[in-house]
Amino acid sequence: MTPLAVIEIPLQAYLAVAALLFCIGVWGLINSRNAVRVLMSIELMLNAVNLNLMAFSNYLDGQLIRGQVFTIFVITVAAAEAAVGLAILLSLYRNRETVDMERFNLLRW
Amino acid sequence: MTIASSTQLICFAVLSAALLLGSLGVVLLPNIVYSAFLLGGVFLSMAGLYLMLNASFVAAAQVLVYVGAVNVLILFAIMLVNKKETLAAIPGLPLRRVLSGLVCGGLGVLLLRVAFITPWPLPGPTPVGEEATIRIGEHLFSDYLLPFELASVLLLMAMIGAIVLARRDVFASDVITGEPVDQGLLEKTRTPLLSEIPALESTP
Repeated sequence: MTPLAVIEIPLQAYLAVAALLFCIGVWGLINSRNAVRVLMSIELMLNAVNLNLMAFSNYLDGQLIRGQVFTIFVITVAAAEAAVGLAILLSLYRNRETVDMERFNLLRW
Repeated sequence: MTIASSTQLICFAVLSAALLLGSLGVVLLPNIVYSAFLLGGVFLSMAGLYLMLNASFVAAAQVLVYVGAVNVLILFAIMLVNKKETLAAIPGLPLRRVLSGLVCGGLGVLLLRVAFITPWPLPGPTPVGEEATIRIGEHLFSDYLLPFELASVLLLMAMIGAIVLARRDVFASDVITGEPVDQGLLEKTRTPLLSEIPALESTP
């Protein structure tokens, strides 16, 4: 039986995907003018961080999978963040009648 | 997950391509409803990547929480604030986009460089595989018990806070009996945020 050439997916591939996803999320966070899209970009960034944690948990910490536990906590906090963020967005929309981020400039110096 | 390595490679390529293209679509598409549905696709491919990383429980939690709750919440928010408005033009918007693209590209190059030149201690211990759910349960009820309980308190606070923030109006009288209800501790009468100009005019 000849050993097949086993091509394992390296850890760096997952890290690269997570890094690119995080950068796309940051760009969307800066450049979106719709407030809902800003919340979506935040979810993208949280998912990139989760992918990092899961990759490290599988490759470097395979026995005590602490990365998976941390991912569950991050998912919990992200769900709470989405609920409160969208509630704030609704309240803001009732007060200002817009979702344009450029017009939420009351705290600008 | 024990599948052949070529299948694994194809799965990883397809899932990561769907992830990156979907997230680009989320950020760049002009119609926000398409963005929200693509976000669901991004979450689903992320769950597929978790399955490839031997984490079936977290993949199921990802599908339930993100696709089932967060994405639906975002769709409802889009439905509630969906008013056609023409955005006022901003001077220098393309320059801003290019500059922020450069900054984000630099951040990406930095992160990729860190990922590729750091000597990770590979190979690590062998992954537990299908026992991951049991291990997560042991962690959550032994050494991560306090964060677990705090997470439940956080979810309760977020739920009450979201209800208070998103409530439409306060009934000044009881709906059934018609008696006046003291709401002073809960909420003052709502004043619009930008009412300072008439207030300045009325003061002598």
